Amino acid sequence: MVLPVVFFAVFFAWPVVSIVERGLRPDGRWELGRFGETLSRPEILDVLWFTLWQALASTALTLLVALPGAYVFARFDFPGKRVLRAVVTVPFVLPTVMVGTAFLALVGRRGLLDDWWGLRLDTGVWAILLAHVFFNYAVVVRTVGGLWSQLDPRQEEAARVLGASRWRAWRTVTLPALGPSVAAAALMVFLFTASSFGIVQILGGPAYSTLETEIYRQTADRLQLSTAAVLTMVQFVAVGAILTVHARVVRRRETALRLVPAERTARRPQGAGQWALLGGVLLSVALLILAPLGVLVERSLATSDGYGLDYYRALGQVDEGGTFLVPLTDTIVNSLQYALAATGIAVVIGGLAAAALTRRAGRLVRGFDALLMLPLGVSAVTVGFGFLITLDEPPLDLRASWILVPLAQALVGVPFVVRTMLPVLRAVDERLREAAAVLGASPWRAWREVDLPLVRRALLIAAGFAFAVSLGEFGATVFIARPDNPTLPVAVARLLGRPGELNYGQAMALSTILMVVCAVSLLLLERLRSDRTSGEF
Amino acid sequence: MNIRKAAAAALVAALGVTTLAACGTDDVREAAGETDQPMPKTVTLVSHDSFNASKEVLAEFTKQTGLTVKVLKSGDAGEAVNKEILTKGSPQGDVFFGVDNTLLSRALDNGIFVPYEAQGLDRIPAELQLDKEQHRVTPIDSGDICVNYDKQYFADKKLAPPQTFDDLAKPAYKDLLVTENPERSSPGLGFLLGTAAKYGDEGWQDYWKKLKANGVKTVDSWELAYNQEFSGSAGGKKAKGDRPLVVSYASSPPVEVLYAEPQPKVAPTGVSTGTCFRQTEFAGLLNGAKNPEGGKKLIDFLISKKFQDDMPLQMFVNPVTKDATLPELFTKHGVVIEKPETMAPKKIADNRDQWIQQWTSLVLK
Repeated sequence: MVLPVVFFAVFFAWPVVSIVERGLRPDGRWELGRFGETLSRPEILDVLWFTLWQALASTALTLLVALPGAYVFARFDFPGKRVLRAVVTVPFVLPTVMVGTAFLALVGRRGLLDDWWGLRLDTGVWAILLAHVFFNYAVVVRTVGGLWSQLDPRQEEAARVLGASRWRAWRTVTLPALGPSVAAAALMVFLFTASSFGIVQILGGPAYSTLETEIYRQTADRLQLSTAAVLTMVQFVAVGAILTVHARVVRRRETALRLVPAERTARRPQGAGQWALLGGVLLSVALLILAPLGVLVERSLATSDGYGLDYYRALGQVDEGGTFLVPLTDTIVNSLQYALAATGIAVVIGGLAAAALTRRAGRLVRGFDALLMLPLGVSAVTVGFGFLITLDEPPLDLRASWILVPLAQALVGVPFVVRTMLPVLRAVDERLREAAAVLGASPWRAWREVDLPLVRRALLIAAGFAFAVSLGEFGATVFIARPDNPTLPVAVARLLGRPGELNYGQAMALSTILMVVCAVSLLLLERLRSDRTSGEF
Repeated sequence: MNIRKAAAAALVAALGVTTLAACGTDDVREAAGETDQPMPKTVTLVSHDSFNASKEVLAEFTKQTGLTVKVLKSGDAGEAVNKEILTKGSPQGDVFFGVDNTLLSRALDNGIFVPYEAQGLDRIPAELQLDKEQHRVTPIDSGDICVNYDKQYFADKKLAPPQTFDDLAKPAYKDLLVTENPERSSPGLGFLLGTAAKYGDEGWQDYWKKLKANGVKTVDSWELAYNQEFSGSAGGKKAKGDRPLVVSYASSPPVEVLYAEPQPKVAPTGVSTGTCFRQTEFAGLLNGAKNPEGGKKLIDFLISKKFQDDMPLQMFVNPVTKDATLPELFTKHGVVIEKPETMAPKKIADNRDQWIQQWTSLVLK
């Protein structure tokens, strides 16, 4: 309990509080009047309104598209299911910069659809919404589908035997069981889309701005720290509220449902209706998820004279322009090293936090649980700038140290670790530990002999998630990465900011490499998925 | 209790790792004040993402002084300056390069620089030295933000390309211009300031109303405007860009030639010489620098002939020293802007935010 609390205090609370204080207490006096003044400005109200409605619309659209997908993944067996499940999760861990780029390459100017049918969404609300669906599809499939696959179909069958219509059986038996997990997934999607940064920045153009991009603009472009601080507080309160509701919903979800192993519930589709549903879902996955990913691959191979590996070859050379002082292939190594370090930190911190949360119940602990989730919803720019102004005194002048990057990434990884570990740890029978203690094992040894074997798998899955999240993390990294060792997503963003065909091609090639790395690590996770993990991702 | 023990063990392990990591890198030790050398071996230059210098030139500096230059790119121009303001007194490096005349007052008022009179300052025209009393900053390069036109388009249409701000608002050039959001992009801001310098504090809004009525398009960044929307650049041609006028730099046509395969005899784009705003970039010694002596040497080096000659093809800007030689590419394909619009940094600082806000509600809403 102590270590996670210290970690969060030093690397999250302190930087964020400092930067907010800088904005609201410029000369040693709190100027709380700034709240009213900021929140009554029409352009700020516009931003809040746009943030809210695009997040609601994105959430609704995601549920609409992904719920049938969740059903299909839960109930049907079909060849390639495992690979596909890994593939639909890839977008979730890709850096938003790449998601934005992929969508521009698909629906933007000279995008694929433009080349074929002259269809051009360009930038705007629709592009943002579609990218959000692409991004969050996996959240719904994993959260809802995970539970759905373990619901005992015999309960519904029993209702049918007793004379209920198919619809009524589903409504009275399955829906109440699923409800909380749908709500939990919807809240998560809402949280991610409301705090989306890269996608809005790239696909929104100058006319669209959400809370997150506005905080960035007010801090980085205008140095209006007071406005940024007010917005950060608004975001904080909103995220806190969402997380509180989420925790409630999840607790309700932990009510005793009779769960069965997923293998027993999935079967091959039967009849035209089910095949049609499966086909429909596969088509939507192909259009929404495979197409943008495919475009990245296509662009990385399309050189000015036909298809080839030129861009990949170019990655290995040091570019004379000097934007990067190392060959770009080094960014892959950098990224992997950072990700390993970040995973280590996240697993230690998250594991300890999860262990602490299983042992104790009570309000304080639940508060801590929600606290651990906060980094998911707090603007990376706030954290990044907070790092700059707080971690600058010895012994903690980490601004020039490589360790800062994995630390920032671990902040985002910890919530995933906690979410994956907690359900499993809670399922370990307390009496086993007691028995070990009675037999004279030290608490440490009891943990090692009893808990560890049971949670090893979950730990691996958690580590995998932390790894993938760290690979794709962009927001905080971009503030602190240095030109002599950029990470992969940062390198992509910089390449895209430079003119010339070669830079664009190299950005696409790097994106493709990252995508493959993510997909492979997720596929390995798929193999590890134990049927006991009803983890939330 | 077990958890606490485990936590303690993990904490020790984690701290061990951090300390080990810290021992491995010199900069951390320097930062912790544990330097045992009298003079650090590196000098850190903080800059924006567009900074570039050739390896040979940086090696030359090391040869002259024994110091290695570490470059820390810290975001776009505005973001980089703002980060320095936030970390005032405990900067990320020794010298900052890349504060331009539009941001200069903000940087000076916040006191992020300390005075230093560079060696060789007499080779730089006095009108570029905007902090002559104190020398907190030294001019390094200058450039002009101007409208570029696609020569091919206007030749095909048998239409003379626009040359002045007034021309851009004429019906003949309806729906042809793409510009950048002044809040996000320095050429966008330069163009807005150019119109404010030309038409005055009151008049520029009327001018922009005319431009809007004439179909000006705004995008967020120079990259999008130049490489996606503009029909005259290599990138824009590929992207089927359909705007033959773009707000860019006077140095863009030579760059267009440089990156073309094979290189054309004449540049495919031209510059509307009556639409320009002069931008000057400065460097300064950071307040609280860990290696101020090295920093001073680096500033001297930035205005040395060696660096000034190298700069144009690295960052596509003009040198500021009288003795620098322009590369042939610039003399052949570039234009010299005789009378660019200019504005005093103080006036920019006083009005900038308000103007941007007025511009946003006028043009984007």
